Amino acid sequence: MEQFVAVKRSKDGQPVRYLVVDDSVFARKNLARMIETFGGQVAGEAGDGMTAITEYERLKPDIVLMDITMPQMEGIEAAEKIVQQHPEARIVMVSSVGYQENIVAALQRGARHFVQKPVKPEVLYEVIKYVMGEDGTAAHAAGAGN
Amino acid sequence: MELRPTPQARGTEMRMDLIQPFINAADAVLAQGLQSPTSVANLSMEQEAYRRKGVAALIWVTGDIEGRIIIDLDPGTALRVASRFAGAELPESDELVRETVCELANQVIGNAVTTLNDQGFHFRVHPPVLHTSEHGPKSTEDTEALVICFDTAIGSVFLNIALRHNCTRAPEQAATVGHAK
Repeated sequence: MEQFVAVKRSKDGQPVRYLVVDDSVFARKNLARMIETFGGQVAGEAGDGMTAITEYERLKPDIVLMDITMPQMEGIEAAEKIVQQHPEARIVMVSSVGYQENIVAALQRGARHFVQKPVKPEVLYEVIKYVMGEDGTAAHAAGAGN
Repeated sequence: MELRPTPQARGTEMRMDLIQPFINAADAVLAQGLQSPTSVANLSMEQEAYRRKGVAALIWVTGDIEGRIIIDLDPGTALRVASRFAGAELPESDELVRETVCELANQVIGNAVTTLNDQGFHFRVHPPVLHTSEHGPKSTEDTEALVICFDTAIGSVFLNIALRHNCTRAPEQAATVGHAK
């Protein structure tokens, strides 16, 4: 898999920390591999919306990658609850259903961006840089590739 | 990837405008995941009960369009596809092989739903389930199954689609949201 210039946190130069939320183990592993190529760190994983909320409270990740359809609580509802408590939360919805109603619903409830599956690493990388804004910086680092 | 109905497929209730988004989505998802082009090797109608070939994931859809879609790979191909998607060799018995086939189905159907929704069709997509029985439901006279065989560099992937346009649905009943992931 292609390596990207590592995206670090501007405030301390540490890797961006991610919470990956998807009920598919395969999808979580796939996203985790991409995160590694971005120089990021998977702080935690969750398989449903309820767990995502508790894991967000516990880990305070820089970015949440959130699936939509999951058991117990769907991703859009979980995103809304997280943003209500933490308006600074950066949540990127990752779903195979990319029609307008879904995207608008997610953005209206506090998600910062939407990426359609199958996820292209270069697309997700650009979204991560955009969502991190000035709180992230892309810089060459040892082992981060080109 | 534009397909035209074969002589066998012509004259049936299956509408190619409903099917084409699934073919395009499967082509795109497989090509990206496997990092190699795919081609449609065969397209046929199936009137008999579905017979599973290996590792199969089934997704039901309800609403303006009703029916089911099955993605089916023989065990060896499923293992190679899952290993390619995972970026590492997986053991044949690995749960991740079955997970990958379900996620593959989810991505194909989700992308097709996106296209069909943009065309004005509204329906609900149910979560993928692993299809474990040897036989599936028999096609009915108004929902014959269209079987599309995709050739990839590492084996064949079968898309078995049995869908029909639900003409009885009133427009207000169609306001359902897609539920693929």
